Amino acid sequence: MSKPILEIKNLSAGVGDKQILKGISLTISPGEVHAIMGPNGSGKSTLAAVLAGRAGYEVTGGEVIYDGKNLLDLNPEERARAGVFLAFQYPVEIPGVNSTYFLKAALNEIRKSKGQPELDAMEFLNLVKDKIKLLELNEDLLRRSVNEGYSGGEKKRNEIFQMAVLEPRLAILDETDSGLDIDALRIVAGGVNKLKRPDSAQMVITHYQRLLNFIIPDFVHVLYDGRIVKSGDKQLALELEAKGYDWITKAA
Amino acid sequence: MSTATETIEGLVKQDYKYGFYTDVETDSAPPGLSEETIRLISRRKNEPEWLTDWRLKAFRHWQTMQEPHWAKVHHEKINYQDIVYYSAPGKKGDRPKSLEDVDPKLLETYEKLGIPLRERERLAGVAVDAVFDSVSVGTTFKKQLAEKGIIFCAFSEAVQEHPDLVRKYLGMVVPYTDNFFATLNSAVFTDGSFCYIPKGVRCPMELSTYFRINAANTGQFERTLIVADEGSHVSYLEGCTAPMRDENQLHAAVVELIALDNAQIKYSTVQNWYPGDENGRGGIYNFVTKRGLCRGSNSKISWTQVETGSAITWKYPSCILQGDNSIGEFYSVAVVNNYQQADTGTKMVHIGKNTRSTIVSKGISAGHGQNSYRGLVKVQKSATGARNFSQCDSMLIGSKCSAHTFPYIEVKNSSASVEHEASTSKIGEDQIFYCNQRGLATQDAVNLIVNGFCKEVFKELPMEFAVEAQKLLGVSLEGSVG
Ligand SMILES: Nc1ncnc2c1ncn2[C@@H]1O[C@H](COP(=O)(O)OP(=O)(O)OP(=O)(O)O)[C@@H](O)[C@H]1O
Ligand SMILES: [Mg+2]
Repeated sequence: MSKPILEIKNLSAGVGDKQILKGISLTISPGEVHAIMGPNGSGKSTLAAVLAGRAGYEVTGGEVIYDGKNLLDLNPEERARAGVFLAFQYPVEIPGVNSTYFLKAALNEIRKSKGQPELDAMEFLNLVKDKIKLLELNEDLLRRSVNEGYSGGEKKRNEIFQMAVLEPRLAILDETDSGLDIDALRIVAGGVNKLKRPDSAQMVITHYQRLLNFIIPDFVHVLYDGRIVKSGDKQLALELEAKGYDWITKAA
Repeated sequence: MSTATETIEGLVKQDYKYGFYTDVETDSAPPGLSEETIRLISRRKNEPEWLTDWRLKAFRHWQTMQEPHWAKVHHEKINYQDIVYYSAPGKKGDRPKSLEDVDPKLLETYEKLGIPLRERERLAGVAVDAVFDSVSVGTTFKKQLAEKGIIFCAFSEAVQEHPDLVRKYLGMVVPYTDNFFATLNSAVFTDGSFCYIPKGVRCPMELSTYFRINAANTGQFERTLIVADEGSHVSYLEGCTAPMRDENQLHAAVVELIALDNAQIKYSTVQNWYPGDENGRGGIYNFVTKRGLCRGSNSKISWTQVETGSAITWKYPSCILQGDNSIGEFYSVAVVNNYQQADTGTKMVHIGKNTRSTIVSKGISAGHGQNSYRGLVKVQKSATGARNFSQCDSMLIGSKCSAHTFPYIEVKNSSASVEHEASTSKIGEDQIFYCNQRGLATQDAVNLIVNGFCKEVFKELPMEFAVEAQKLLGVSLEGSVG
């Protein structure tokens, strides 16, 4: 077996006095897709935030090894440059900042950190053209300010478009499916699938089994009250859909 | 632990690249202000009697005035007798006749500031008048401009060479009685730029003046006068820097613009006077009166300013829209960091019919900075069909700074339409994290967000300067987040 991309070992974290993650362990290897499910407030977004290095969350125990390195030692931009990508549950608007310019700056930071030459505007636009098609995104959006005035669905689609351009090793998708209509869901899921590479991995946070019809997970984990209370294969998602969370959380 | 506030506030440190001092011999007046000082300045400049008299009238009027304190800024009392009112590089009387004769040290100074004046290295497409302390040391591209009949020279030279023009327009827009600092300037002004664009001429290049305060304890009181005759166009840019010093220095300039029928003047400023250190020590007091008169019909005056420097800025570039269908515009970015204070804005006075004005003001406050927008839109009875649109946005970085907006509106003609929009936003933790998560460092993220915020103003600047302004903004906000 190849070396894991991500190893989360007994991770605890919280905000102020509030403990949110209470000992999470999870190993993700190259080529794998892991789905994280769980009721509202169980800590899914918190896990994503801690992995991405968001300020305000304090890690109180455990460790996270990414690509053999201690992920928690890196600041957020270093993690991003090392290939950790978070598709936000609520993408942020940045008024006045052109989307194309923003994404080019991001890509060039990542390229610089890998010792690759920066792309100029023309090279970047060529790259972007293909990726836009992949997500059937309206090119118009790229001339507008980052996420400003985008519809909910457009914002989500744009996140995956950014992922397509930045080509991360570990993509964490936080409820990318919520707010998407059924056609958009199919397009976005199709995009995500095409972005799968043997050396990369995806962590897909969702409430709905529906998404997992399109993005087939290798593993499904149920997060409840800051702990992974059950793991299984894609059958587990179907079971949750049929029975709800009660049968697991009661047992936990 | 790294908390949200810590990320935003961090340590405030700032590098001022232009803080060096040039050691040159100077011809200076002793500190202090009296009729004798004024006569001395006038004599040094070999001025005609009418100008000496004008200065003296201003001085006598000034003595009856009180220093104004209505702006939302605080400073130690200024002792006007401690200031040196005249300081010129070089020995008495030997003013260089052309750029070739200028002291190489001065040329080097401007080179270090990124303004090469020597023939070979000049900025293409930009004519520069370089003002060093109280005098202009040289103007580039004079000959090329003269071929089109454009006069662009030091103010003191214009007094000698074009006395009729100067006499006709000096004080037309800002009379010597105007306000405390403008009146002081009228009494003691030393140099500045003069510019006249003849009828129907489109100025083929950007004109610019670069002001440098060098000597200690010296006030800088320059006066700029730009006249655009019928149907002419000109774009003008002003830049400024000063050495780092612990004492405050006074800069009280006056700028007058006059646009005749169908003429257009675009005046852009990138103000980067020394802002003081991170504890608020030193820096320039920038108390400036700038006003444009749209005298002719269909004339247009547009002010664009990027204010990043000075300990205190007190400045309201204004437009008097006298000609029918004339247009006034004001686009402003004002940044305060550390202990800087800015009280800036504009006045749009609508007199002619169908006059239009646009105000876009972007205030950015970081550190302990205090930023106020103060604007007046006045529509006189005669201004049928006048229209104004104002937009004032403030952005806060951290929680120790502040932003204030004081819009005043006076409308005496019921057909006028006046619109005002205002917003205040805080640079968001979530915006910075979003950028970080895409690989951008925090300082780059702040610059990106701030530049986005200022975009509407930057697009008004001439291309070359827009790039400069963006960089400058980055430097000004350096260290404003941790
Ligand atoms: N910054 C914060 N400050 C205080 N409480 C927080 C913070 N972030 C998360 N929490 C709390 O931690 C718990 C887990 O939140 P989280 O957003 O991780 O849940 P989630 O599983 O993503 O839920 P959802 O399905 O609704 O998106 C919630 O009770 C939430 O209120
Ligand atoms: Mg969530």
